[in-house]
Amino acid sequence: MKVEVDEPRCVAAGHCVTSAPEVFDQRDDDGVVDLLDDAPPEDEHERVREAALLCPSAAIILQERDGPA
Amino acid sequence: MSDVLVIGASAAGLATAESLRRRGFSGSVRLVGAEPHPPYDRPPLSKQVLTGDWDAERTVLRPPAHLAALDIELLLGRRAVSADTARREVTLDDGTLLPYGDLVIATGLKPRRLAPFIEPPGVHTVRTLEDTGRLRAELADARRLAVIGGGVLGCEIAAAGCRLGLDVTVIDPAPVPMAGQVGQEIGRMLAELHRDHGILVMSATEAEGPVLSDGRIAGVLTSKGPVEADVVVAAVGSTPATDWLEGSGLTLDDGVVCDARCRAARHVYAVGDVARWWHEGQGRHIRLENRSNATEQALAVADNILGADRPYLPVPYFWTDQHGIRMQVLGHPAEADRIRVIERAPDSRKFVAVAEAGERTVGIVGWNSARGLRKARQLLVDGSQVH
Repeated sequence: MKVEVDEPRCVAAGHCVTSAPEVFDQRDDDGVVDLLDDAPPEDEHERVREAALLCPSAAIILQERDGPA
Repeated sequence: MSDVLVIGASAAGLATAESLRRRGFSGSVRLVGAEPHPPYDRPPLSKQVLTGDWDAERTVLRPPAHLAALDIELLLGRRAVSADTARREVTLDDGTLLPYGDLVIATGLKPRRLAPFIEPPGVHTVRTLEDTGRLRAELADARRLAVIGGGVLGCEIAAAGCRLGLDVTVIDPAPVPMAGQVGQEIGRMLAELHRDHGILVMSATEAEGPVLSDGRIAGVLTSKGPVEADVVVAAVGSTPATDWLEGSGLTLDDGVVCDARCRAARHVYAVGDVARWWHEGQGRHIRLENRSNATEQALAVADNILGADRPYLPVPYFWTDQHGIRMQVLGHPAEADRIRVIERAPDSRKFVAVAEAGERTVGIVGWNSARGLRKARQLLVDGSQVH
């Protein structure tokens, strides 16, 4: 799985940090997403998928190499 | 026959379809949208799209390849006109009958209109991309903008008008802007913010009728006198788009009334702005008009269609951007009897405030404080268990 974030879209809701704290954090000053791991291990994938789904500005883009999108 | 038929192809409808696939649902999924566009995002309309910082294309929620990979049948530019929940079928405006296994209602809202302001050219409401495009085109030649309504949408449109260099007046019956969403104290700060940017905020003021010149809007008569304007926006709230469900047998009462699992009837669910469901944590029916609810509730609906039997228990959340300030709101701060600031930067440009009613925390407001807000969220989650 490859994770990308579209920073200008991010609205700093922080839902991704709640869903997958090992993969996402928020910048101190404006709360915009800080991607900690753009190729997270498999045991994080389900949490990352949930983060992408719940992001209220659709700022998380996933490319799944193995398995269904 | 589609196994799941979703009526409404905006954020909530799309997220329901997407969640079903993410959960491994292999049946057919059909998504019907009244607008001709592929699913797009509405929050940027009154912000980046209206100011011109974003093209309309940037609001598209998922790239076309992503949608194709989800194997969702999209029917766009088609409106549902009735539902028969006994026969399990929906009729579209072109007469097509769509049978379903499970139906998801995601038809959202339609803007409320003010009777005296419906006809005159130059009066706008903002819900769709087209609405925003029309307003933006008229603002390009305008000098004065009057916004009727000081809710979230009205405030954002006023701020956008200000960014575009217009003279802006907000005409609002409430005592302070966004009183219904954030309460008096925070509302007063917002009023001050707008005034600091040169906006005339007329609170506790009724819009009584249009002023016309050559058949076009030229101003607004208010309870405090006339306001000149080349363009008027009515941002006076919305009503759930449930007309098409009259006679369906579903309970309609300011939205589609649902149980704690977002179920309106056997094999029928509602999601997003249109759904009024029983929030077990709050012990009441609530309906939320915000972007986060659209996706969170979609996940719950998808789970429940797949048999999860999961009550939907969100902490309500919305954000708004005005004059470079990002305000983020959790819970229901307007229900508080007091506000307590728990974190503040020395220059007061950033703070986190807790809204309390009696012993309970009922809301949290972050003003340019995204991280602080997320950390304070726990106070609300703990507090709401007192119910």
